[in-house]
Amino acid sequence: MSLGQVTSATLKKDLRLEWRSKDAINTMIFFALLVVVIFSFAFDPTAEESRRIAGGLIWVGFLFAAVVALNQTWARELRNQALDAFRVSPAPANALFIAKAAGNFIFVMVLEAVMAPLFIVFYNLRSVGPSYQLAIVAVLATWALVVNGTFFAAMSIRTRSREVMLPLILFPVSIPALLAMVQATTGILTGDFSPQFWVALLAVYDVVFTTVCLLLFETVLHAE
Amino acid sequence: MKYLYAAYAATWLIHLGYLVIVSRGFSKLRDEVRQRGFNR
Amino acid sequence: MKSTFYILAILALGLLSLGLYQGLVAAPTELTMGNVQRIFYYHVPSAWTAFLLFFVNFLASIMYLVRRNPRTDALAVTTAEVGVVFCTVVLVTGPLWAKPVWGIWWTWDARLTSTLVLWLIYVSYLILRRYASGGQTPVLAAALAIFGFVDVPIVYLSIRFFRTQHPQPVIGGGENSGLDPAMWKALLINWAAFLLFGFLLCWIRYRLERLRQTFEETRALESLLESDVRSAR
Repeated sequence: MSLGQVTSATLKKDLRLEWRSKDAINTMIFFALLVVVIFSFAFDPTAEESRRIAGGLIWVGFLFAAVVALNQTWARELRNQALDAFRVSPAPANALFIAKAAGNFIFVMVLEAVMAPLFIVFYNLRSVGPSYQLAIVAVLATWALVVNGTFFAAMSIRTRSREVMLPLILFPVSIPALLAMVQATTGILTGDFSPQFWVALLAVYDVVFTTVCLLLFETVLHAE
Repeated sequence: MKYLYAAYAATWLIHLGYLVIVSRGFSKLRDEVRQRGFNR
Repeated sequence: MKSTFYILAILALGLLSLGLYQGLVAAPTELTMGNVQRIFYYHVPSAWTAFLLFFVNFLASIMYLVRRNPRTDALAVTTAEVGVVFCTVVLVTGPLWAKPVWGIWWTWDARLTSTLVLWLIYVSYLILRRYASGGQTPVLAAALAIFGFVDVPIVYLSIRFFRTQHPQPVIGGGENSGLDPAMWKALLINWAAFLLFGFLLCWIRYRLERLRQTFEETRALESLLESDVRSAR
């Protein structure tokens, strides 16, 4: 079976399973909503302040919610020993990784699409810069979180206290990406500075780490 | 300036602390080996 | 081997004492900051040593994934730990320098913030090593080490740019503050001293790791033999 066939088969299976149960997406949305509300109590921003700090609030909220999705990425496979079966099969390991990462990417993008109007409402946001730029940032940023997140989730299932281990190893490495996504969003929302550098940095981060993930996934999958 | 001395002192405290951690590692290993020796 | 260690240890002690003298007495007093600036002679060499150690960790991690030699893994964990120790020194001496000069403990300036992120990455590496289950630890850790080190230039780049967009006071003088040759002498002597000291720390820690590995191997062998004997009966 080719890379493409295995990838799309796995992806379709995951999307179908998720669509039926809506487990991850529901918990993610509710969690993100909680984060939004709690932050508004913590900061209580005025309209002016909102635009300046919204970038940070939004991405921290999405980051925490994404961790919920990432943590259960491999849970299903583990439960049914599907991971062992995959390891023994001749299917290319990267197909599994891309499928999982793409699945997580879709879940988190759906989350963002649902949460965006809520953020606008709660913080009275109106973007100074064009919104299509925000969409570009969202795509690059989400992939940055999801690609490393999916890989580190595969690593953390081999540890004790695996749910805590994932954010612990993911967050430090993601710091430059987080800085970039927050700065890019803030730059677009406020119009105070150009988001160009940050968008470029996100793109570089995405390329570099997607490559590293693809190079190392097979090794980690077979680590026993 | 007391900040200067504090910085130099802190440096050596940190290194000393690490040496203590490593030497504890050696004693723990020694204890484990001894214990294994008796369980025959 | 043992005698080499002791000779090097005495050499290290000598160099460190020389470095201390150079840093505290011989080097000229800085114009604007005064004597507090002398923290520089401990702060900067520690940073350079930490960085070198993390680089060795990166190489060792790649080598381990290629050859799977336990000695290489021992080197990896050793350099990560000692690197974190030196990194901690940088993060403690930094604020102690900033407070008297700027009046604030921390400014999120580019270099110190990047060092903090470096520290976080390698501490997360050490935590992964502690919490991973048994056999897979070296492989998982090596993977994380590669991610971490590849991230380092991106971290520095991002935080540097962040600080040019939103400037803050810089700890330890600007990028291009010139150094008096006497200051260079003190700096380099201290760096040589800390490199040697760091090397000796690694020697000790590496030995501990190799002993532990051998012990684990022996235990594994024993249980294998026991189960063989039992089934033979």
